[in-house]
Amino acid sequence: MKILVPIKRVVDYNVKVRPKADESGVDLNNVKMAINPFCEIAVEEAVRLKEAGSATEIIAVTVGAENAQEQLRTALALGADRAILVETDLEVEPLGISKVLKAIVEKESPNLIVMGKQAIDGDNNQTGQMLAALMNYPQATFASELKIEGEKAVVTREVDGGLQTISINLPAVVTSDLRLNEPRYASLPNIMKAKQKPLEIIKSDDLGVDLNPRISTLKVSPPPEREAGIIVESVDQLVEKLKNEAKVIS
Amino acid sequence: MTALVIAEHDNNELKVSTQNTISAASKLDGDIHVLVAGSECNSVAEEAATCEGVTKVLYVDSKEYENFLAENIANLIKNVSDDYSSILAPATTNGKNYMPRVAALLDVAQISDISSVESEDTFQRPIYAGNCIATVQSSDSKKVITVRTTAFDAVAKGSNSAEILKLEEVNDAGISEFIKEELAKSDRPELTAAEVVISGGRGMQNGDNFTLLEGIADKLGAAIGASRAAVDSGFVPNDYQVGQTGKIVAPNLYIAVGISGAIQHLAGMKDSKVIVAINKDEDAPIFQVADYGLVADLFTALPEMESKI
Repeated sequence: MKILVPIKRVVDYNVKVRPKADESGVDLNNVKMAINPFCEIAVEEAVRLKEAGSATEIIAVTVGAENAQEQLRTALALGADRAILVETDLEVEPLGISKVLKAIVEKESPNLIVMGKQAIDGDNNQTGQMLAALMNYPQATFASELKIEGEKAVVTREVDGGLQTISINLPAVVTSDLRLNEPRYASLPNIMKAKQKPLEIIKSDDLGVDLNPRISTLKVSPPPEREAGIIVESVDQLVEKLKNEAKVIS
Repeated sequence: MTALVIAEHDNNELKVSTQNTISAASKLDGDIHVLVAGSECNSVAEEAATCEGVTKVLYVDSKEYENFLAENIANLIKNVSDDYSSILAPATTNGKNYMPRVAALLDVAQISDISSVESEDTFQRPIYAGNCIATVQSSDSKKVITVRTTAFDAVAKGSNSAEILKLEEVNDAGISEFIKEELAKSDRPELTAAEVVISGGRGMQNGDNFTLLEGIADKLGAAIGASRAAVDSGFVPNDYQVGQTGKIVAPNLYIAVGISGAIQHLAGMKDSKVIVAINKDEDAPIFQVADYGLVADLFTALPEMESKI
């Protein structure tokens, strides 16, 4: 079984980003970049399926600028076998990304696509579902457990009320939630080995996919500031404040 | 100009997130229809028809919609979408699951998790865990939107009596199958709809200690939540999680206990009206967003608080 793992280069999750002063966008000067945490979980899941003998090959793919090769190398160091960069300098929206991924899926014919449920920059939570729609594949989003059973995948999903288990026919798209697994750290030898693994670069123009944006960002502003609060000295004072000042308890 | 709101329900009752979404749709100037798709959910359709501002309910009742499988629901929504300029669903795990599929089937972008409607094509939405608010304009003729329910006050229910139109639309994609659901049963209010939420973090040390929160929750009629750390550590199930990728809450009172206040947690609760933080680490970032901070050991503070409220 062949697994395709689409990943994304994003701002490291520890960075607190701010809008630019002129509100034209997000200030990303000199911030640390990393593989999106949910994508890392997706890579790990694919590697575990390979280690368990369910998968034979793992291909990591991303759509982005030349420097996104760094995150593909991370995926290779974690255990992906080869990587594909679909290179573009455009900021591609989820719909465009899913169209690019459709072209890659048609070329590579994976049995399973595992990817992160959302990227922590745009917080869109769309690409996996869109790819599934374009391919007419079933989808299992927000997965916390994934089992391959013959021609089907049995997936436990994190839903608002608890957990839901569904069975989907392969090929399919599965998107990872936080508790699908805990990704390993890449070892130094594996990081070195990753440098030798194949990384193919495809120009997005060569795929003939419509990447035109449908959404324009008019401005990016800071969220409303909360006024500074106070430190209370005791539980008594806290309860008194909540009753008489904030009036949120009676 | 008509908006279609996809109802959130469990085949028995309409969820309040539907009313929040109708409220967002009402800012778009036009008629509002609601789609109720499910199995043996006649009572839900009737409930939806009583929501303020709704002019028509499309009611589809068939076995293959019982569990809201994305493949079936998305095909259905696409098939009824012709007459609508916008389609809105709450950004619940259901809405997040099927709506991007609808958008792709219609070849339009989705605008996720809107927190404000600026005009019929312009919206605000949080990005980067709520550290930035983007104002975005869609050029698609049909808008597919998910709604951050805490950002819109629920419309009233019970006064209206909109027409209910029953449709026979069968869509079994046949590629996915529901197996089972393990849903938490609780007498407490739903986390996303509660007036008061009390959440525990890693500082709770184990799941048993969450009983310390329960006593206070009982007295305040509160829902109980948790940070990712507490869920990852196995103290409580995943449906407790408040944060960027968990539930977004904005109650009148949010009490964070033993929660350090990672960006990802703040993203899920910082629109709460009043925030209380109880933590023994005075440098914890949670205190920066708290209206009232108490630097104390939660194991002494919680029982004392329970006795005094």
